[in-house]
Amino acid sequence: MQDPEDCCQSKTVSPNAGPADRGPAQPCCAQAAEEKPGFACYPFVIGWLDTAAGPVPQVSSGLDSRDRLGRWAMRWGIGRSRYQITPGLYAVGQPDHLSPVLVSANYKLSFDCLRSAIAGLSAWVLVIDTKGVNVWCAAGKGTFGTAEIIFRCHNSHLDKVVRHKRLIVPQLGAPGVAAHKVRQDTGFSVTYGPVRAADIPEFIAGGMQATAAMRRVSFTTRERLILTPVEITGMRKPVLYMAVALLLLGGIGDNIFSINAAWSRAPGAIFAGLAGVLSGAVIMPILLPWLPGRLFSAKGALLGIIMSTVLCLTLYRGMTFPGLVALYLFVSSVSSYTAMNFTGSSTFTSPSGVEKEMRRSIPLQVGALLTAGALWLTTAF
Amino acid sequence: MKSAGLRYLKNVSTLQFDETRCIGCGVCADVCPHGVFVIRDSLAQIVERDACIECGGCALNCPAEVLQVKAGVGCASAIIKGWLTGSEPNCDCSNDSGCC
Repeated sequence: MQDPEDCCQSKTVSPNAGPADRGPAQPCCAQAAEEKPGFACYPFVIGWLDTAAGPVPQVSSGLDSRDRLGRWAMRWGIGRSRYQITPGLYAVGQPDHLSPVLVSANYKLSFDCLRSAIAGLSAWVLVIDTKGVNVWCAAGKGTFGTAEIIFRCHNSHLDKVVRHKRLIVPQLGAPGVAAHKVRQDTGFSVTYGPVRAADIPEFIAGGMQATAAMRRVSFTTRERLILTPVEITGMRKPVLYMAVALLLLGGIGDNIFSINAAWSRAPGAIFAGLAGVLSGAVIMPILLPWLPGRLFSAKGALLGIIMSTVLCLTLYRGMTFPGLVALYLFVSSVSSYTAMNFTGSSTFTSPSGVEKEMRRSIPLQVGALLTAGALWLTTAF
Repeated sequence: MKSAGLRYLKNVSTLQFDETRCIGCGVCADVCPHGVFVIRDSLAQIVERDACIECGGCALNCPAEVLQVKAGVGCASAIIKGWLTGSEPNCDCSNDSGCC
């Protein structure tokens, strides 16, 4: 196979919009670039399959350095809203009219995960337009949904490409997809596949039967760890606001407001706030199963207390009593709030539960924060 | 790697099930990522109500329409935004499993 690097520059040729007279599988771009001025194909497209519905791009099941770099960037939240591919029908391996059809989201990370998981198999991948959002989140919003699946089935002339009538939809897509309605409209029956793409080969080999373990969402230490960089980058704005507020508050003193006082008092407080963010956004997700209680905010507050103790035994020795109380209240409330935000990333919290937790915890967090601010202010006089 | 046993708050799920009209197709047990349902004697049963995360997959896929749940977004920041603007919580985090 020709190295796609040779010819594939930038982006997007719509997989179903190519000229119908393309020949059978050939290296991608020589053809795409010649036949469609201004278009170039994705680096992961390694050829074209001729089908009754026109040419379908054949994609590699291997991930290259660009894919891995992209994945790393996504984990840090860099350019996430633009990491998407053109929806439509793709081929992995050498699928024919009997090969399974797997439905996926057009978030490139989801697509990469799927194509690499099914290396060695031959399958069609029907990528639907979820606006670059992963399957589970998109299903929750309804963009990974019944109407879009129906539209893509018709739009890609799936009934001409395969002779069977089965779509394999990821289980986590179910919150957006009414399986019976897809069948009513398209004739394709929906079989819910496993939660994790890695289980698809075993699922297919087992006659499209998922084991109980394949149907369960996990939240392992590794999975929680992967989420922490994005938790940190998500706190950038609140941290900036916090720093500004602390600079303003730190300047207040005997001279009403002094920039010198702000410069001498605020950095220590900002560092304490960052320690609270670290505690709530990194340490709490890692230690989640082993921290007592069920409220994320309580787990975060507990870690905040531990973090405060560490701080006052090391960097912040010799503080006055009000300053010490302010430190504990500030770090704990920041850690508690940051930890509470992790409910949105977790796989086992319910909206009703999160709302209940917030109604209980936010007044305490705000109370602690205001008290900490007031106490800190008194230490300036 | 303890993780499967993670549980959130008790007695909060809005899941409702009219078992008298269940047709026993089993799709709810298939789509539920937390094993809330089992199928016994050709009927669905709720066995792990407190594990429900209100994703709404079961209710949307139930052909007999005997399941109901107030599905929604579980992001704290989205709920705060919902409170402040008086609208339904909607997460603006664009993607990744990190959100919602």
